[in-house]
Amino acid sequence: MKYHVDEKGYYGEFGGAFIPEMLYPNVEELRQKYIEIMYEESFQKEFHQLLKDYVGRPSPLYYAKRLSDKHGAKIYLKREDLNHTGAHKVNNTIGQILMAKRLGKTRIIAETGAGQHGVATATVCALTGIECVVYMGEVDIARQAPNVARMKMLGAEVRPALSGSRTLKDATNEAIRDWINNPVDTHYIIGSAIGPHPYPDMVTRFQSIISEEIKWQLKEKEGRENPDYVIACIGGGSNAAGTYYHFLDNTEVGIIAVEAAGKGVNSGESAATSALGKVGIIHGCKTMLMQTNDGQITEPYSISAGLDYPGVGPMHSHLYKSGRAEFYSATDDEAMESGLELSKLEGIIPAIESSHALAIFKHKKFDPDDILVISLSGRGDKDLQTYIDYFKLA
Amino acid sequence: MNNRIHTKLNSDKKLLSIYFTAGYPHLNDTVKIIQDLENSGVDMIEIGLPFSDPLADGPTIQDSSTTALKNGMTTEILFEQLQDIRKTVSIPLIIMGYFNPMLQFGVEEFCKKCQEIGIDGLIIPDLPLNVYQEQYEAIFKKYGLTNVFLITPQTSEDRIKKIDAASNGFIYMVSSASVTGSKSGFGKEQESYFKRIASLNLKHPQIVGFGIKDKKTFVQATKTAKGAIIGSAFIKHLTANGTDNIESFIKSIR
Repeated sequence: MKYHVDEKGYYGEFGGAFIPEMLYPNVEELRQKYIEIMYEESFQKEFHQLLKDYVGRPSPLYYAKRLSDKHGAKIYLKREDLNHTGAHKVNNTIGQILMAKRLGKTRIIAETGAGQHGVATATVCALTGIECVVYMGEVDIARQAPNVARMKMLGAEVRPALSGSRTLKDATNEAIRDWINNPVDTHYIIGSAIGPHPYPDMVTRFQSIISEEIKWQLKEKEGRENPDYVIACIGGGSNAAGTYYHFLDNTEVGIIAVEAAGKGVNSGESAATSALGKVGIIHGCKTMLMQTNDGQITEPYSISAGLDYPGVGPMHSHLYKSGRAEFYSATDDEAMESGLELSKLEGIIPAIESSHALAIFKHKKFDPDDILVISLSGRGDKDLQTYIDYFKLA
Repeated sequence: MNNRIHTKLNSDKKLLSIYFTAGYPHLNDTVKIIQDLENSGVDMIEIGLPFSDPLADGPTIQDSSTTALKNGMTTEILFEQLQDIRKTVSIPLIIMGYFNPMLQFGVEEFCKKCQEIGIDGLIIPDLPLNVYQEQYEAIFKKYGLTNVFLITPQTSEDRIKKIDAASNGFIYMVSSASVTGSKSGFGKEQESYFKRIASLNLKHPQIVGFGIKDKKTFVQATKTAKGAIIGSAFIKHLTANGTDNIESFIKSIR
């Protein structure tokens, strides 16, 4: 079984580029050039220099002793929460801004849900002095005010998506429409491992720094490169894709994905795409997708704004369908409890997205000598108000 | 293969084609709109199958789609509404929609239904050329359906030739780099694009869409092209006037 993208842009039956002709020249140019540009020596040098000096990589691989004692396994946390801007998102935006520069683009657009990808994009645009427009659902703008303010401070224009449900999927539609209207000077920085080929693969490769580091860091600590399991939360799936990447072909390493079950998989308010979705087309790729019988895309729900996307990246659909990965889903309550537990046991307040990965212990038992690496994809500062409201902390 | 589209394309006149979203303004307006359009002298109709996430459309068609879905429009209901359409309507009918609803209905089943009803062609903006050729061309042909591809000002000459070769009716020529309904009038850029395409002497005639809204833009667009498609401007007319004055809108174009 092959888990990486094939030459036509597919992972098994998933992926491809289902785009209107208006986007063809841009996507095709990217498809032809992305590998070549990405592996140029000068690109790699600049990319890794920025990851080190600007983002603060490598991010620590931290042995969480008290959490390990509690759950009876050796648990390592990959600390993406310690990156500049507070999450793994910046790994991809650094890569894509360098890509955009080499493609001669002078304007950047992006979509954002909770605002993390928008902030990471606005950040690299400030860093390189490139114009930045971020589309964000009107509903999300209202509930993520601090991130909207951060983007504005960084010099980005935040444009409200007023169509449809006015959340992440509509922000993505608006960004795509902007790209149709501005086909020559603009690069679209997609924030997750979704979209038309080559985006899922490009984003995954930029995020693969996560598993590249895990390998040598674990070797230093445990004398072996491969853990027994790598575990990550999945919305669109970029932190998961980066966490799994260098372990995909090594089937001794178990791959675990945790989706957001919201108020329960069958509650009607959920974002558990693998359980609720069917094969369909969203934002330019064929993948598992939450939709009506009639093929209309439905609105997902999760307490975590970063996980409420109605689709999942095509690589993940393939990992699910092929059985390479185990998929679980954690409810709002399970995730919130797990986030609080990590705070109390380890002194780390995780993003609610990452708390879903930590909720794996409510669903699966491990052996005491199993070595686990959990991607702690982001920090919880942005979620403080949600934690306060949920646990009535104020 | 020969259907109503080909017959129309072989006529001498410039063709006026109208797009509307099925289920808008009201769920059961579909048949009346089609009949009124034909009676007003329209040459061809694109029936829009509404989709929740219409990527290539501007606010006017997005909003009409959202309303149509709220009104309860589905693929199945549209096919029911169109069941007897050929008893009263003889101009070419094309269904325009995004690929996911067709995929969920079953592409072959969808095409079969189209043939039964008397639909002549499909326009599916997010079904790319290579996927169509590899997986669906045989099915479309089996059911006598013309598939219409788009070209834009950014489409390379090489690709235009590929698209021309893969076409079997007309080529949908997108007037400018934009989503639907967003340009006001055509400038020099469009004129030179229209001329450039005309000079390629393609096998298939071109019909211009996006940005046609009145007599002036219709005349400009059809100077070199075989016809033009009006979408957003007609939807706006429906929004303002309901389905009562369709003829007056069409007469204002030609």
